[in-house]
Amino acid sequence: MFDFISFIPRAIMQGIPLLFGSTGETLTEKSGNLNLGIPGIMYVGAISGVVGSFFYEQSGNMNPFLTVAIPLCCSLLGSLLMGLLYCFLTVTLRANQNVTGLALTTFGVGIGNFFGGSLIKLAGAEVPAIVLNATSRFFSASLPIAAKLGWFGRLFLSYGFLAYVAVLVALAAAYILKRTRVGLHLRAVGESPTTADAAGINVSKYKYISTCAGSMIAGLGGLYYIMDYTKGIWSSDAFGDRGWLAIALVIFTVWRPNVGVLASFLFGGLYILHMYIPSGMNLAVKELYKMAPYVVTIIVLVLSSMRNKRENQPPASLGLAYFREER
Amino acid sequence: MNNKQHTPLFHVSKRGALPWYGSWAIRGGAVILALMVSALVTNLLTGENPVNVFTTIYKGSFGSARKMWVLGQNVAILLCVALAVTPAFRMRCWNLGGDGQMLAGCLATAACMILLGDKIPNWLLIVLMLVSSVVAGAVWALIPAIFKARYNTNETLFTLMMNYIATQLVAYYIIIWEVPKGAGKIGIINQSTNAGWLPQVGPSKYLLNIIIVAVLTVIMYLYLNYSKHGYEISVVGESERTARYVGIKVGKVIIRTMLLSGAVCGLAGMLLVGGTDHTLTTTITAGRGFTAVMVSWLAKFNPVWMILTSFLLVFLSKGGSEIASNFGLSASFGDILTGIILFFIIGSEFFINYKINFRKSGEKEAK
Repeated sequence: MFDFISFIPRAIMQGIPLLFGSTGETLTEKSGNLNLGIPGIMYVGAISGVVGSFFYEQSGNMNPFLTVAIPLCCSLLGSLLMGLLYCFLTVTLRANQNVTGLALTTFGVGIGNFFGGSLIKLAGAEVPAIVLNATSRFFSASLPIAAKLGWFGRLFLSYGFLAYVAVLVALAAAYILKRTRVGLHLRAVGESPTTADAAGINVSKYKYISTCAGSMIAGLGGLYYIMDYTKGIWSSDAFGDRGWLAIALVIFTVWRPNVGVLASFLFGGLYILHMYIPSGMNLAVKELYKMAPYVVTIIVLVLSSMRNKRENQPPASLGLAYFREER
Repeated sequence: MNNKQHTPLFHVSKRGALPWYGSWAIRGGAVILALMVSALVTNLLTGENPVNVFTTIYKGSFGSARKMWVLGQNVAILLCVALAVTPAFRMRCWNLGGDGQMLAGCLATAACMILLGDKIPNWLLIVLMLVSSVVAGAVWALIPAIFKARYNTNETLFTLMMNYIATQLVAYYIIIWEVPKGAGKIGIINQSTNAGWLPQVGPSKYLLNIIIVAVLTVIMYLYLNYSKHGYEISVVGESERTARYVGIKVGKVIIRTMLLSGAVCGLAGMLLVGGTDHTLTTTITAGRGFTAVMVSWLAKFNPVWMILTSFLLVFLSKGGSEIASNFGLSASFGDILTGIILFFIIGSEFFINYKINFRKSGEKEAK
């Protein structure tokens, strides 16, 4: 029998980093910026938090509030800087977004592994990893009543606070995009910056703010992964290719963060499906199961382009720099 | 009321075409600036003086004869992938699937070597490897291309996803072919018989790859600049509507160009597996499909300049890992250096395409 009670919480925990990443990327793409630097930004978000909490743990005192606040602020700051760098290059200097994004990913993953590696040396541990048990305890703490409520508690209440933040942020982003004036302006910027500019909307400002906010949200995904999912253990390349999966998720949800909540759990499930499908001794087949999230994304991509419904299309100016004086 | 007329401090306008030496002077300046920043960063992290840093970077690539051959090999393979993705880029078709197409080529090559290793004559095996890798790479690019041509499906994201499918496919076959059972890796293929290994030319096993890629560079340059196909690609890239108007079948050009792109990526995979590495891993491509995007773009999609840009990127990453191993830093240091250089070059494009007109001081007085 397929063990749903243990599968679903694992799937959700896998899905949360993807949810952060895809919410951030959706906000970014709605402003017309295709930020392929998200995988790098998530690495930076993770390592900034790790660096912050590492030095705080070293200092000895463990004020519960600061233990959470310091990594959180470091992570937000780190990913904000990456977002600003991307914006400066693509919005102010109007550089090619694909190239800038890929460079940002190289840079970000490099930063993550570099500082991670340096900290590992500094910690002098025997295993090549940084262990931040004390900090992680605060991040992964769930409500005490969760354990008493049986399957209900396990399915809905057993996660650290960042998981709930992810869902709230996604819902808030969906609301802002769909129902508020700011969201309308933002979508206008992404669809047709020329029109938005003519209507008196400050295109650069919207692009900057949404991309930076998007980066910060995505960076939290990296932080969640380290602090909650892996219980505070950083090792090189630990975060893997989840950043790309988050970008895939944006397409899968057709640019709707509220759909992303369930979709990310689905992706999380697909990501760990291979551990739960009984395949006996045949390890090779497991590798094929790992294709699932990517295959599903391609199918959605193809279907949405075949149906060609107007509300399911990418923002019209996605990937293009805006220059007012260009015809 | 404040009725002063406000003139912005500066005003950005598009520049007419710069002469080639102007644009390359700006790029050169950016590289020099970036090197200075890199030296500063290294200095802050290691306390080493910048001269030592540069010497170490230089030694990473030119320190010994072996290092120089490795440099040549890495430049050749990276250049080959960059050459592969360039035709698609000229068409404004962002093929980010270089990695996957290359892996498909690697997989096909390894399959031939493992399954047919001792059963057929060596020359036939090499021909089969060549054909199958080219076909495999081409098929991997064809799938997104058909949907792009038919339904205008976003090729950036499609090809990106194809990379991971290729990775998993390779992972699957690695477990099937693993030696010994349970090792989770293939090891050197045909170590004893050398079946399917490309012949060694001259002093190093790397030379053959370098020659092949050099020839390919010339062919690609001629193809893009002096052939009818190359012209069609440029027209489609400039404006699809114009292309349609003059009777170019856009869908056909897209499919043909992506096929070419994938085929050359597959060839790169063959050179890597058959020529030098003689093994298959999921990370054998080392992200070259992505690096190639930057190589190609930095060179403005010109195959000849790509020699320079791919050299620059390989040189830096080798230098970075040399610094890392000499000063006890993490090997990812090379990525950081590469990132810094890329940001500067990407940023410098702005000053090539646009000019900044500062507010004249006279106007400031007169306001």
